[in-house]
Amino acid sequence: MGIIKTNHVSYDYVRVNDEGVEEEKERALEDVSIDVYPGSFVAILGANGSGKSTLARHLNALLAPSEGTVWVDGMDTSKEENVFPVRREAGMVFQNPDNQIIAGIVEEDVAFGPENIGVPTKDIWKRVEEALEKTGMAAYRMHSPNRLSGGQKQRVAIAGTLAMHPKCIILDEPTAMLDPGGRREVIETVAELNEKEGVTVVLITHYMEEVVYADHVFVMQDGKLAMEGPPREIFSKVEELQKYKLGVPQITLLAHELRKSGLDIPEGILSEEELAEAICRLR
Amino acid sequence: MSITLKNVSYRYSTGTAEEIEALKNITLTIEDGQFIGLAGHTGSGKSTLIQHLNGLLRPTEGQVLHNGQDIFEKGFDLRTYRTKVGLVFQYPEYQLFETTVLEDACFGPLNQGKTKEEAREMAKRALRSVSVPEELFERSPFELSGGQQRRVAIAGVLAMEPEVLVLDEPTAGLDPCGRTEILDLVKSLQEERKITVVLVSHSMEDIADYVQRLVVMKEGEVFLDDEPKKVFSHFEELEEIGLSAPQVTYLMQDLSAQGFGVPTDCITVEEAKEAILKAVGKC
Ligand SMILES: Nc1ncnc2c1ncn2[C@@H]1O[C@H](COP(=O)(O)OP(=O)(O)OP(=O)(O)O)[C@@H](O)[C@H]1O
Ligand SMILES: Nc1ncnc2c1ncn2[C@@H]1O[C@H](COP(=O)(O)OP(=O)(O)OP(=O)(O)O)[C@@H](O)[C@H]1O
Ligand SMILES: [Mg+2]
Ligand SMILES: [Mg+2]
Repeated sequence: MGIIKTNHVSYDYVRVNDEGVEEEKERALEDVSIDVYPGSFVAILGANGSGKSTLARHLNALLAPSEGTVWVDGMDTSKEENVFPVRREAGMVFQNPDNQIIAGIVEEDVAFGPENIGVPTKDIWKRVEEALEKTGMAAYRMHSPNRLSGGQKQRVAIAGTLAMHPKCIILDEPTAMLDPGGRREVIETVAELNEKEGVTVVLITHYMEEVVYADHVFVMQDGKLAMEGPPREIFSKVEELQKYKLGVPQITLLAHELRKSGLDIPEGILSEEELAEAICRLR
Repeated sequence: MSITLKNVSYRYSTGTAEEIEALKNITLTIEDGQFIGLAGHTGSGKSTLIQHLNGLLRPTEGQVLHNGQDIFEKGFDLRTYRTKVGLVFQYPEYQLFETTVLEDACFGPLNQGKTKEEAREMAKRALRSVSVPEELFERSPFELSGGQQRRVAIAGVLAMEPEVLVLDEPTAGLDPCGRTEILDLVKSLQEERKITVVLVSHSMEDIADYVQRLVVMKEGEVFLDDEPKKVFSHFEELEEIGLSAPQVTYLMQDLSAQGFGVPTDCITVEEAKEAILKAVGKC
């Protein structure tokens, strides 16, 4: 069984009135079953409102399913006693870099998580140091977070979850507010943690370019799982993706357009180097 | 209506240890009817700059001129001016506050003195134009997905039918189709209704596809100000400050280096496609 597994999960956001009586129900997830292998890097794509963040909130027990079961590292997230262990195993990073910073100094900010879960003081500083090292932020440990760039702030946020020693990190549009350099910084940091430390990564994003780092992609539509597969396979279905309000990386699109115009270029090109090579072969 | 920043400097937290000069002696004119892009690394001062355009921030030094008149001068009708310069904030959650989506989008028109009926019509039209489904109109803006909130925030500003539309990262958090849809809409408003548009964006691809003029900021100063093609030819300097050129520009550079006779200044998929087809003799 995967490190994260959902089995026929459905979720309703329920609105209650002042008397606590159910007024309205909004089904945000419908029969979603996914399986994420330990050490893998998966991406979740989907249109606005398709249920990605709702699913992510299930993966660290912020929400419990209305129907079905979610397991994180074998623990059923709907069991009260599992909530804190699950949050330790699955750290979350969100979109807005400014909302995630709590302390006035970088190292204190990173220490906040482990302190909160009662890690002994002498271990905390070791963890903080390690986490800052792994995210390339060690040189900034005494800096004030609000003087950092957006990409650096997000790396501090990632260091903060790393210091909890999670097995997975779930990132919900972590680069939406970053400049291209910051976006690269964050994605490369995450890819390296995945590769070197074996941390399982779940990345939610609207930037198709970032998905090329993933081993496996899930596509959501209207609360349901619509497609899954490796990036190359998913991105070779340009027209189908458009149906789900998605696109492909700019390079993949150009390759697709050239192919449609009759050039002998393979489907599912993901990188600029691949496309340059394919074009050079036409000479 | 043209807006000019004249020797504008802005400092946050003046007189404290945290004092920071976010804008340094900026002089810039936003011409009538232009579609202008504003790019820059995180923290370069973009959001600070655009909040001067509608007088939300007052320069520490220098002036903001509207058709030559200082907007902070006694006797200038700043209130009316603000309803003509619509600003969509970077973080929509800071912009949404009414109890329902529809009421939220009515706020601007009501503020302009429209009747309740008129305001509702304008609001509905704006919400539909950015594809907010009808069934969300009576929902609380805080019970929406991130991308849905973004759309409602944009609709709230569009509903006022501003003469100058200033958008701070409007497409962050939108799905790829939503991104194109909203930028196409903005483009058509600029072309048909002759409004002026200032688009702040971290997406070099979006900028290349839409804007006529690109202003790049670096550490509170204007670093480059030219047509996008010319700006992106400085891609190495852009990378040094955390930015980049569009993906296809790198491909063209690469092909040209490998001896392909293609122009290196293509910045859109369409241009690149034409150039490559021509180079391989299919055109
Ligand atoms: N707090 C809430 N109360 C009620 N409905 C909600 C709430 N949060 C989200 N929803 C609804 O649930 C559905 C799924 O939302 P979710 O936030 O999971 O989408 P998403 O895929 O993350 O979208 P986005 O790309 O815009 O972030 C949407 O229709 C949304 O309106
Ligand atoms: N309310 C504030 N108080 C103090 N400093 C601020 C405030 N807002 C911004 N700053 C600082 O002013 C500088 C410019 O910030 P600004 O938000 O204008 O940059 P930006 O180009 O919009 O960045 P981003 O791409 O991250 O949105 C930064 O150093 C930032 O930390
Ligand atoms: Mg979301
Ligand atoms: Mg900003």
